[in-house]
Amino acid sequence: MTPGAATNGSLDALRTAATGGLLRLATAGSVDDGKSTLIGRLLYDSKALFEDQLEQVAEASRRRHGDSGVVDLALLTDGLRAEREQGITIDVAYRYFATPKRTFIIADTPGHVSYTRNMVTGASTADLAIVLIDARNGVVQQSRRHAFISSLLRIPHLVVCVNKMDLVDYDEAVFNAIVDEFGSFASKLEITDVTFIPISALHGDNVVERSEHMDWYGGPPLLYHLEHVHIASDRNLIDPRFPVQWVVRPGDAEGEQHDYRGYAGQVAGGVLRRGDDVVILPSGATSRIAAIDTYDGELEEAFPPMSVTLRLEDDIDISRGDMIARPHNHPIVSRDLDALVCWMNEKPLVPGTRYVLKHTTKTVRAVVGRLLHRIDVDTLHRDSDARELALNEIGRIHLRTSAPITYDAYRRNRATGGFILIDEATNETLAAGMLLDPDEPIGEDTAAAARQERSANVVWEDSPLTREERYEALGHRGATVWMTGLPSSGKSTIAGALEQRLVRAGIPAYRLDGDNLRHGLNGNLGFSPQDRAENVRRTAHAAKLLADAGTIAIVSLVSPYAADRELARRVHEDDELPFLEVYVNTPPEECERRDPKGLYAKARAGEITGFTGVDAPYEPPEAPDVELGPGEVEAAVETLVARLRAAGVLPPA
Amino acid sequence: MSYDISHLDALESEAIHIFREVAAELERPVLLFSGGKDSIVLLRLAEKAFRPGRFPFPLMHVDTGHNFPEVIEFRDRRVAELGERLIVASVQESIDKGRVVEEKGPRASRNRLQSVTLLDAIAEHGFDAAFGGARRDEERARAKERIFSFRDDFGGWDPKNQRPELWNLYNGRIRKGEHIRVFPISNWTELDVWQYIMRENLELPSIYFAHEREVFQRDGMLYATSPFTELLPGEEPFREMVRYRTVGDMSCTGAVRSTAATLETVVAEIAATRITERGETRADDRASEAAMEDRKKEGYF
Repeated sequence: MTPGAATNGSLDALRTAATGGLLRLATAGSVDDGKSTLIGRLLYDSKALFEDQLEQVAEASRRRHGDSGVVDLALLTDGLRAEREQGITIDVAYRYFATPKRTFIIADTPGHVSYTRNMVTGASTADLAIVLIDARNGVVQQSRRHAFISSLLRIPHLVVCVNKMDLVDYDEAVFNAIVDEFGSFASKLEITDVTFIPISALHGDNVVERSEHMDWYGGPPLLYHLEHVHIASDRNLIDPRFPVQWVVRPGDAEGEQHDYRGYAGQVAGGVLRRGDDVVILPSGATSRIAAIDTYDGELEEAFPPMSVTLRLEDDIDISRGDMIARPHNHPIVSRDLDALVCWMNEKPLVPGTRYVLKHTTKTVRAVVGRLLHRIDVDTLHRDSDARELALNEIGRIHLRTSAPITYDAYRRNRATGGFILIDEATNETLAAGMLLDPDEPIGEDTAAAARQERSANVVWEDSPLTREERYEALGHRGATVWMTGLPSSGKSTIAGALEQRLVRAGIPAYRLDGDNLRHGLNGNLGFSPQDRAENVRRTAHAAKLLADAGTIAIVSLVSPYAADRELARRVHEDDELPFLEVYVNTPPEECERRDPKGLYAKARAGEITGFTGVDAPYEPPEAPDVELGPGEVEAAVETLVARLRAAGVLPPA
Repeated sequence: MSYDISHLDALESEAIHIFREVAAELERPVLLFSGGKDSIVLLRLAEKAFRPGRFPFPLMHVDTGHNFPEVIEFRDRRVAELGERLIVASVQESIDKGRVVEEKGPRASRNRLQSVTLLDAIAEHGFDAAFGGARRDEERARAKERIFSFRDDFGGWDPKNQRPELWNLYNGRIRKGEHIRVFPISNWTELDVWQYIMRENLELPSIYFAHEREVFQRDGMLYATSPFTELLPGEEPFREMVRYRTVGDMSCTGAVRSTAATLETVVAEIAATRITERGETRADDRASEAAMEDRKKEGYF
């Protein structure tokens, strides 16, 4: 290895470094991906490695590998005896290096599946994550897991280093294939900034210096990227948040300081200025910032992550755990929390258990209400049958706290959206939690309609019977068949025939007809887009309950808007219930010709308005599960039965 | 308006936050003050965290009796300036009381003994948290240690069973008899410490600057002659211009040859060095590949 351009070897460089910013980065990957070699190279080329450290590693390499001359840089980061003995990495190790541009803290986290908790620990404070992919192996489970955890912890920048390019002849096609594959997975995640860099950590290609072997790569080498990636705007500078940490009250001091009363803390969001009106939460008291004090004098303004002391104009009772914010920019104040948690203890999370919850500077008790689902880190599959979260598992939960928490969604502010759970008896840290907006939909989609999906203060009551047990006893599964199409397209006829066919075969099926539902459950709804959306939402939930109970719910509903039908699908899929969208595609003129209830005629005559197909739009499905043309009802029923068999809902014929 | 923040400011803010968390969540903290550069930085950070109030904890020095006199003189002066309370826990007293047995021979050191004195003092005063100036860049076992480092009833550290540490949410909950070691400058490097000393214009004990001293050479290191060190056959004292890079016992802290007599020149030399401070000047770390890990498990700083 040769030392690169980066250096801290002179006082000038030292002074420059003092003005540069700090970048915290997390590296994830196993030794096999060349992670340790990459870190070793960054440290070595930036002269952060010292001779005695290298000697130590060389000596340990000789003991481990004989006189091969190979310096095993993994031994440098493996700090504990057990790690060196077993050749594994147990815990997060922190490494430091600086260039004239920036100072870096590396949280080097192990990549094994069993150490997800360490990866989460290292990622919690990171500005940037490096995920290593071995060019020979391409995107593997572990790469996906690292990307998912990076997105879960909302690390703002992700760098995918495709390593060992030397072993694939520096082939651009190999690199591009990995970029495509990783990119399509990452598009399902909330990652805002992904950069791909082809490297060879062993030979130094594109680590500190540009590679001579990959002219086709137009981007910068890794270190350049680390030095220049823009991180200042990653902080939330919009929403002023100041969790009160400590009340400075000299009290016993004589003279001018006697009446001093300051609120010390670290700014968690936004910009606070002298003279700003503020509100203290949860009390709601208001005042104004009289001064922003530091040991080095007063400031005009303070922003994250500065530690300062605020003095207010009014004498109000404020203590640790209170949050200072602006009157027109409130955080959420609630005892009911919806959160994603990563479980970090051998003793699993079980709904109904009480824990200690620490959030900003406030510590309260909390009881876990419902476990909504567990997320499979490899496939992103959501398992809503999960009863508990074991070590290293991630899931979504509801919590109720003993006192209100003042928070923002984690996506908006990591400092006011993260929390930890602590065991009341053993005092161990059990979980990392990330708070969600109260109206966060269950799925990844943020369709506006789904915002109605949550009733505050209601906790789902789990049944001791699992869905699988129920379905097994019944001999078939539940599902929803959702028939959409213009009025008079034949939906109800087909629905009725399907219902008859199934029930006669001993399979409970039940038809939810749009018109019939409007006689009862939906009797208070009209035909405006809002009312139609609500009509669909109620019907979707009614169908979901039937399907959950093991019935084939057959919905026949015009449901003209694609977004509404999408919501219905999501309601089912989020709960892992099969959902078949069936488009009864009968031409409009044929529907109008049939018109058994005379509604088209009335609409044409202007007697009714908002009639789909006449003066209200119908958005045909772009990719329905089944499309039925006008024709034999018998054939349509056969098609649907076959689809239900294929989907595993009905047993084979 | 730029909302950039320099790396020293970021590190300083993190450390201040840690100080305040401990003061707020633990009942009887103590700050371990050795008179060395890292604990001198801790004192400034504590001033930044709590002034104009007083420190909500006393300072404590574990005095091995083998300290450099210049450092003891500095310690007492600095404490008086601050107007804070100092507790001195004495290794000599531990020896006199029979709590520990002094090592014998020319290579004897009180380094390991001070762990017992420290734990006894923590128990005697009922301290539940102890601030220390350890940094993760010093040594590879320390690279894995948490900022809030949990210690069991015996003061021991279990590296394989550390509490996950997330965001800036530290878990300081303990049961009676247990305590937390807190390292506010975990994320600082040696250079960061020196930069900060320059920026804050902090006073240091005189041994950090080049001075003439009687020394002898052992295992490639220079040690001061003192009443606490016996010379081995063949070891001849001589006078040399030296300075110290770390502050420990006279018996196990090596000096480096230097003519740097001002802060600027000392920092320039340190910025250019290719050897770590503990590797260059601390015999106590050279005992084995896992010397530090082993001592930490016994309750060392």
